[in-house]
This record gives sequence, C-alpha cells and structure tokens, in this order.
Amino acid sequence: YCNAMTVRSENKITINFINRDGEKLTVKGSPGDSLLDVVIDQNLDIDGFGACEGTLACSTCHLIFDEDVYKQLGPVTDEEMDMLDLAYGLSDTSRLGCQICLTKSLEGMTARVPEGVSDMRQSDLGTTSSSS
Amino acid sequence: SGLRRLACTPSSCPRVCIVGGGPAGFYTAQHILKAHPAIQVDIYERLPIPYGLVRFGVAPDHPEVKNVINTFTQTAQHERCSYHGNVSVGKDVSVEELRQAYHAVVLSYGAEVNRTLGVPGENLAGVYSAKDFVGWYNGVPCNKDLKPDLSGETAVILGQGNVALDVARILLSPHDILTNTDITQPSLEALANSRVRRVLIVGRRGPLQVACTIKEIREMVNLTGTRPDMLSADFKGIAEVLKDLPRPRKRLTELMMKAVQATPAGDGLTSRQWGFRFLRSPVEVLPSPDLTRTAGIRLGVNRLEGSGDGARAVPTGETEDIECEMVISSIGYQSLPIDPAVPFDPRKAIIPNAMGRVLQATGLYCSGWIKRGPTGVIGTTMNDSFDTARALIQDIETGVLDISTVKPGSQTVTPLLQKRGVNPVSFSDWEKIDVEEMKRGTVVGKPREKLLDVTEMLKTAHS
Ligand SMILES: Cc1cc2nc3c(=O)[nH]c(=O)nc-3n(C[C@H](O)[C@H](O)[C@H](O)COP(=O)(O)OP(=O)(O)OC[C@H]3O[C@@H](n4cnc5c(N)ncnc54)[C@H](O)[C@@H]3O)c2cc1C
Ligand code: FES
Repeated sequence: YCNAMTVRSENKITINFINRDGEKLTVKGSPGDSLLDVVIDQNLDIDGFGACEGTLACSTCHLIFDEDVYKQLGPVTDEEMDMLDLAYGLSDTSRLGCQICLTKSLEGMTARVPEGVSDMRQSDLGTTSSSS
Repeated sequence: SGLRRLACTPSSCPRVCIVGGGPAGFYTAQHILKAHPAIQVDIYERLPIPYGLVRFGVAPDHPEVKNVINTFTQTAQHERCSYHGNVSVGKDVSVEELRQAYHAVVLSYGAEVNRTLGVPGENLAGVYSAKDFVGWYNGVPCNKDLKPDLSGETAVILGQGNVALDVARILLSPHDILTNTDITQPSLEALANSRVRRVLIVGRRGPLQVACTIKEIREMVNLTGTRPDMLSADFKGIAEVLKDLPRPRKRLTELMMKAVQATPAGDGLTSRQWGFRFLRSPVEVLPSPDLTRTAGIRLGVNRLEGSGDGARAVPTGETEDIECEMVISSIGYQSLPIDPAVPFDPRKAIIPNAMGRVLQATGLYCSGWIKRGPTGVIGTTMNDSFDTARALIQDIETGVLDISTVKPGSQTVTPLLQKRGVNPVSFSDWEKIDVEEMKRGTVVGKPREKLLDVTEMLKTAHS
C-alpha cells in the first residue's frame, strides 16, 4: 500500500508500540513502510496483527494514536473507516496500521495496541448471518 | 516423529486435539502452540479440505479475506501440529475416545445447519437456504447439485446479515467480476444465464437494526450496473436520531440513506436493482397456480417496540404480498450437538461454556461459532479462539488440567480410524488437492477450480 507512494530512504524512523500487556516495543522502520510492514519485518509479537495482510479486509491491525500524531497520519478513506467501525475498542484516534505510511515527521511516535478483550456486544454489528 | 519424541519425553508432552479445521480450530491451535513450548496439537476435520467457512462461506469475490489461509498453513506446518482431514468426530471417532487419547479436547466444529423459516410453502421449488446457495457457488460437496432456478426476475432474501448481502451481490454481479474468482465453474455458468434482475433483502426490524456491516452495503452501492431500490418512507424519522448513534451505526445508516436518495423515481426495471425492505416477517411462501413452485411471498408487517439494538418486532396483523420466483432464507446458521457426551444448550444452540471452558467437563474446551453462536467476522472468531487457548494454557499452569498421565494422542486414534475404514487426509495430502485445484484454475483463468466431489478429493489426496 505504502511503498509505491514514497521513495525509500536510508533514514530510519523510530517508532514505539505499546502492546496489549503494556510492554513498550521500540523499533525502527523506513519511510514508505506501513506500520504493518514494520510489525512483520521486526517480528513484533502482537497477537493476531495483520490477519488479512494489509488488504483492508479485517481490523486486526487497529492501533490507537495520540491526538497530535493522529492529525499527521494523512487522510482516512471510507473503506478504512468501514473496517475500523468493526474494531474492538474503537476510539476517535484509531487507525488501521496497514494504511499508515511512515514519514519523517512521525519520528518518535507511539502507537498503542487496543485491548483484545472479546465483548459480545461489540460483535453485534459484525454479525454475518442473523436477520435483523 | 522419532525426533519429536526426543523433544519431549512422553510424560512431559501434553496432547491437545481440536475438532474442526475452520478459523476457530486454526486460531486456537496457533495460540496454544505459541504459548506453550511442548504441547502437541492434532486437528481433526470432517472434510478432506481444511479452513471451514473461509473456503466454503467467504464470497469468491472477497479473495483478500482468504489471506488468513497463509497463517493457517504456517500453523498446520508447525512441527508440533498435525492435521487429520476426512475424520468426522461423533461418527468415525467419539468425543469420549478423544478424551481418552488427549489431555484436552477443543470443540471448534462451527454451525452447520441453516435455521428453518417454519412457514407454509417453505419446501416449494424456488425456496433455498442461504447456506445451500452459498455452498453451491463455493463448492461445498453436498451442495453441488443444487442447480437453483435463476429464470425468474425477482429474488427475495429473508434476513439482512452479511450472508444475505453476499448472496445479493453474487446474484447481481456483472459476469466479468466473477470470472476470475474461485467461484465454481458450474455456478459461474448458471449465473451467466441468470434472469434475476431485482433482489429484495427483507428484515423483520428497521433500518437501525440491520445486521450486516457497512463494507457489504458499500459494495452493493458501488456494484457496477445496479441501482438501489429503497423506500424513502422506511427512513422517516431516522435523520433526526442519527446524531446520537455510535459512529459505526451512524455511518452505516447514512450510507443507506444515500442509497435511498439514489433510488430512481418510478419503478421500471431499467437495470439490475437491489433494496432493503424493513419491518417484514415471512408468513407464507405463495405457490404458482399449479402449486409446483414459488410465485411470491406473503410478509407480515411489523412495528418496533423499543429502540436501538434491543428493539423488538411486533406483528401488526397486516400482510403484504411480493411477487417473486425465488426465495432465499438467510436467517442464520445453527450449531448441532456433536455427541451425547458433550453438554449442549438447545435454546442458544451453543456448548455452554465460561471463557471457552465447557461447563462441568474438565478437559473439554470450545471456540468459534460453537462457543459464541454463529455471528461475527473472522476477527471475532480469532479473538475468542485466543481466549480459549489462554484458558487452556492457564488450566495447565494452575494444575486444573492434569497432564501428568501419559496420553497417546493420534497413536491410538489413527489405528482406531483405520480399523473403522476411515482413511485420514494429512496436510501434505491436502496440498496435493491444493496443487491440483490451482492447476485446473490456470486452465480457465481462475486462481483455483475447486474439486466438488469428496471421492475425487480423496483420490487426489492419496494419489
Ligand atoms: C456465507 C458466509 C460468509 C462469510 N464471510 C465472511 C467474510 O467475508 N469475512 C469474515 O471475516 N467472516 C466471514 N464469515 C464468518 C466466518 O466464516 C466465521 O466467523 C468463521 O468461519 C467461524 O469459524 P468456526 O471455525 O467457528 O466455524 P467454521 O468455519 O464453520 O469451521 C468449522 C469446521 O469444523 C468442521 N466440522 C464440523 N463438524 C465436524 C465434525 N463432526 N468433526 C470434525 N470436523 C467437523 C467443519 O467441516 C468446518 O471445517 C462468513 C460466514 C458465512 C457463513
Ligand atoms: S491487516 Fe487487515 S485491515 Fe490492516
């Protein structure tokens, strides 16, 4: 998704992930990489992250950002919003990691993995088969 | 396997088996293997072919959803995991026998039947369950001869979940959208000759209660060559409550209202059309004059009691008839009990459990649709399967699950199956089927051409 849009450069960007258990994972990624690319390349242990491999068909790459970082992340498409609407723990500063491209201005940013607790009510909208 | 035995001495090697090779089975296996360094996991699956509804449910024009198969393949190829296809638990081997052979048994066998409508006319020609219809275009062996009659102009789908929208989309998709998917060749050809031009998707409650997700509605809105056919009266008063809705419900409702505005005036059938009909419940499928086939459906008109997700549909006593030649009931999948030895809640049609631990049955666990009921996307199934795996690992760590005794696992189950004339399909056997299907697909310009017959699958697997 991202690589095609940005020329790679050697200047790596530092990013922090806060995992579900609160552990902070600090890694480096290249400009133009998506946050999903970073999680895969760095072999980060985030349960179930990226199930559809970046094709906007799941919401397992859901991440939550600080307000000021969120504003710098670029526009959200309707399709990304559609999948986000299905995510656990949706917040106003939620995005899908596979849709976020690293840029220099994101140096030092933090992305928080939302808690993965199953909330049955959350899945009501995701029902696949029952009638309304 | 000599090496495997070295890696964990028999006494220290816990053995877990999983019943069902769908997303729940694979995600449960994945997390167990990750969270514990020694557990051996065996997956038993009824069909020769793994992946459950990812192969047999997910629509052919959603190939990206099927990317989860890559992760499942890694799990199946894990050195402590083995796959045993073509084994029907409850028939070929009992749950009790599995409990003897394993320290823990995880039931992940999904929801295999369609709920019935329970209305007169349900058995007329032209009435299909969504499960069979989906099974037909997705290559479920027992649905290959469904041959639905697509010669009528109007199809009514009962139910407004994602499955209903999948079916509507497949019925109305332009031929060239489907040609390079893994849809089965016989159904592709039948759909090419389909005369269905109008699909109405009927729900018993209102626009604020539709059960599908916004992605599926957006796909309908964007479907080439089709227009929405909605009734603006259904949306009276909705605009006023919009602002108080949670974001997902609000966006979904706004999108439907856009479709209302895009509905052309007049009701000529100029192009293919789709639309929702609300506050209607099926009362009777109406027969043709010669009583042989479907000619329409009588719907009871409902009103809503209460609001939001909890609103109830209450019949007003009025009815309304819609002419249609085809009725597809998509009112939900349902699980069945697998074995008298396993507790089952007939009302909720699930295995009663707490966080995946089957109640009053130490060593039995469940995950996926059999645990929660048949709702939710693969991501939902993933999370609940991880939860079940966590519970199981925790029970080992706290000693609730006794792993001190030696359990033989497949070493006793495999001979038992052989004695009963069952010939299991290993994961590398399945890969032969996979290769064959992809080869056949290349010939017709598709990613795969599915084998439709279990005998042929077995022949290929054991070639
Ligand atoms: C038509 C349809 C379309 C869908 N589309 C999507 C989609 O686009 N995106 C999405 O995220 N989700 C989709 N879903 C939902 C998704 O498929 C489910 O969340 C998920 O498959 C449930 O997983 P499961 O493992 O519990 O059940 P299943 O996938 O049903 O797996 C159960 C497995 O158990 C096996 N089994 C059954 N009985 C036995 C037995 N006695 N012994 C051994 N094995 C047995 C079955 O053969 C099957 O392989 C769809 C569902 C349907 C019905
Ligand atoms: S990985 Fe599936 S939407 Fe991002």
